[in-house]
Amino acid sequence: MGRKLDPTNKVKRGPGRKARKQKGAETELAKFLVDEESGPKKLSSRARKRAAKRTQPKPKEEVKKEQPQKGFTDENSEWLKPAKRKRPVEESDGEEDSDSEWELEEDEENEEKGVGPEIEEGDGEEKEEDEEEDGGDDECDDDDDDDDMVDDYGAMDGSSEGEDNADQDSDGEELLPIERAARKQKKLKAAMEQDSDEDEEEDESEHADEEDTVQANIDEMDRFKLPGQEEREKEGVLPLDLQSIHQRIKDNVDVLTNFASKREEGKDRGDYLSLLKKDLSTYYSYNNFLIEKLLEIFPVSELVDFLEANEIQRPVTIRTNTLKTRRRDLAQALINRGVNLDPLGKWSKVGLVIFDSSVPIGATPEYLAGQYMLQGASSLLPVMALSPQEGESILDMSSAPGGKTTYMAQLMRNTGVIVANDASAERLKSVVGNIHRLGVTNTVICNYDGRQFPKVMGGFDRVLLDAPCSGTGVISKDPAVKTSKDEADILRSAHLQKELILSAIDSLNAESATGGYLVYCTCSIMVEENEWVVDYALKKRNVKLVPTGLDFGKEGFTRFKERRFHPSLRLSRRFYPHSHNMDGFFVAKLKKFSNTVPTTPAGETAEEDTVPAKTETPAPSKESPTKPESKVKAKKPLKANISKEKVATNGVINLKKKPRDVQKKKGVKDGKKKPKVAKEGTEIAEGGKVEEKKEGSRFEKKVGKKRRPNPMKKKNRMGKNKFKKFKKMMQKDEVL
Amino acid sequence: MRPLTDEETTTMFEKLSKYIGENIKLLVDRPDGTYCFRLHNDRVYYISEKILKLATNVSREKLVSVGTCFGKFTKTQKFRLHITALDFLAPYAKFKVWVKPGAEQSFLYGNHVLKSGLGRITENTAQYQGVVVYSMADVPLGFGVAAKSTQECRRVDPMSIVVFHQADIGEYIRSEDTLT
Repeated sequence: MGRKLDPTNKVKRGPGRKARKQKGAETELAKFLVDEESGPKKLSSRARKRAAKRTQPKPKEEVKKEQPQKGFTDENSEWLKPAKRKRPVEESDGEEDSDSEWELEEDEENEEKGVGPEIEEGDGEEKEEDEEEDGGDDECDDDDDDDDMVDDYGAMDGSSEGEDNADQDSDGEELLPIERAARKQKKLKAAMEQDSDEDEEEDESEHADEEDTVQANIDEMDRFKLPGQEEREKEGVLPLDLQSIHQRIKDNVDVLTNFASKREEGKDRGDYLSLLKKDLSTYYSYNNFLIEKLLEIFPVSELVDFLEANEIQRPVTIRTNTLKTRRRDLAQALINRGVNLDPLGKWSKVGLVIFDSSVPIGATPEYLAGQYMLQGASSLLPVMALSPQEGESILDMSSAPGGKTTYMAQLMRNTGVIVANDASAERLKSVVGNIHRLGVTNTVICNYDGRQFPKVMGGFDRVLLDAPCSGTGVISKDPAVKTSKDEADILRSAHLQKELILSAIDSLNAESATGGYLVYCTCSIMVEENEWVVDYALKKRNVKLVPTGLDFGKEGFTRFKERRFHPSLRLSRRFYPHSHNMDGFFVAKLKKFSNTVPTTPAGETAEEDTVPAKTETPAPSKESPTKPESKVKAKKPLKANISKEKVATNGVINLKKKPRDVQKKKGVKDGKKKPKVAKEGTEIAEGGKVEEKKEGSRFEKKVGKKRRPNPMKKKNRMGKNKFKKFKKMMQKDEVL
Repeated sequence: MRPLTDEETTTMFEKLSKYIGENIKLLVDRPDGTYCFRLHNDRVYYISEKILKLATNVSREKLVSVGTCFGKFTKTQKFRLHITALDFLAPYAKFKVWVKPGAEQSFLYGNHVLKSGLGRITENTAQYQGVVVYSMADVPLGFGVAAKSTQECRRVDPMSIVVFHQADIGEYIRSEDTLT
């Protein structure tokens, strides 16, 4: 109505002494206060009552509470406006010294409005009276209201205190039981005569008014409603409101965790999930691929924790160099320099957590003297799992920047030999620096590609492979990972990791009296780079998983989506930023139990198949670098069904892209091909399988050569049983 | 990687003896196995025989470092000690200088030690004698050359240099790339 008359007139005025009495402004304010300081705590008693009321089901209108606020300023404003609003405004305008009785009365009215409908009826009547009183002032009043609200938007902070006070006032007044009782009776009387229609309207309008506030969100949570298509589109145009997105994520997660009870009719989980994904990627600025990947790993509630944890830095931790000092001495020396620290945890005897420091922790004289190393807590774990013994020879395949290498050296007390390798000459400089600084003397630092390492030297007692990875566990350190990784990156690093793990195993000496262990770790949490790689190694080499010796961390996956890994993979350990407050990490410890691997085809070593001994020609241990990872998975169906090697090669090449498709295709072909093969006479079903395996391995070993499968073996495709069945079928056909 | 020639050995040992005197023989004859000096990329590495054997597997281009780097030969065949040798100089050092906590930082930034920062000094230190610099908490910080003899040090004014800086552990940060 009079809203647009002179909005600039009183904008500057701000919430004055009287402003604190204006309930309209309060409701506006509460909206802002919700997210900043946890809502429920700030609620006044009335608000609490309202919240309680709100848990009951409500008319549909309330879902759109945001809008009505602006809408009802028009014709409805006169009677829709709650009484409480008008009078204080009036006071502020005219009567400076309004008697306290009035105010009191009002407050009580308001309280009771919140309490129950019967009381509100009386309230409504009073409101009408108010209107009559106000009369001509109405326009002015409206104006004031609006202006004040605008003020509150701007000067939210200043007025918030005032609002709190107002709430407290009303709370205090609530404590006058006699007065209230009297008033109640009065109102009840009045209520008898009141027209009910108007009351309902009034009731709702007030609700609408209040719904803008805290309770709006609670309500939303109860009945989280998926935004429609157009709303989403609008969102794309409008500037982002991270607060609301965050709230929506919370609500969405809430719905998803209690899907049966909280879902909205007609919407399925996919709708919620797609919205959640979109919101998460917007709010935390991840790319869609990574969010989807993470969603596969974590349940939704945990995912949010994980993403939150990635936003904050992990605590700075240092490792005492026991070659030069003791932890107690070091802690004392650092405390004297004004460093606030604490032991890292029960599991580590050398770690210290730095809370704050008045000096740069990476440049103290103690640091330069090599008494400690700045090192994440998570990177202590693989070395502890490896548990190098004195006098052993150990290979650290990707050593830069030397944190783990020097930790190994200190566990070995500078005895034995450590070969610290890294593919990057640039990064090796830091290894050189750190090794010399920490006084480690038993290292050979070299710059090979890890994949070639078995050629250089072998026979190590233990190998640590801290494989290069996508870095999805250390997003807090390197937020670029959020957006820079995609499927290809993950698979590329998984591929490299598979090559490296085989090369690491080949460098091991299984006959070592004390060792024969490999620790594989990555700072990624992707299954492709962890369990899958280890599973691959289990199939390819004579290794088995052994307990890591770390008594915390989560078990590795043995099944993930459609993949099934070796059950012993639960011996591996996963560490997450949100649950362990260290970088995301994966550690698996493998023991090599036979050195014969290089002289036997790799397929034979797979644990799940009971392969009889073969007289296969010894294949070179080196895996061809171009070999696709998916081959392992897809091998069986592939080899089983394809008799022409030409087709096989094609199949393999295709497999690189989409192994599953190929599998399916082969499955289809299956039916056609089998009869042909069967005619040629067959043997046991297992035999067929064995052949597949064998061929697979040969095939992988000799990629460079022409792959010419043994024709004899080719013929022996079909198992006995299948052949019998087939025979029967044929017979039937003949009969027909 | 190859053993040092006689000439190189002499040059290097002369240099070393400036700091640790006749204690050199303790470096060569060790109770815990034989150690030797090897030259690789003009750098001298001090390695145990056992590690040396393993290191021979690594080709020359791929070998970055082995054991402890003591220093390098310049193109003019002089020998420069590196800070990385400090671990072996400090325990055997004959002449030592301790710097006050306030002067520690200054030395670690590559400055000479002034009289004002001098905490203690070994008696009978001659001028231009190689010395190892310690903090007052007996943490070795680097090494240098005494600019004045102990006697002179007592008399000079506070701002005069008493130890010329040669190497300090601040180099681990300042010049990590050219450390060895």
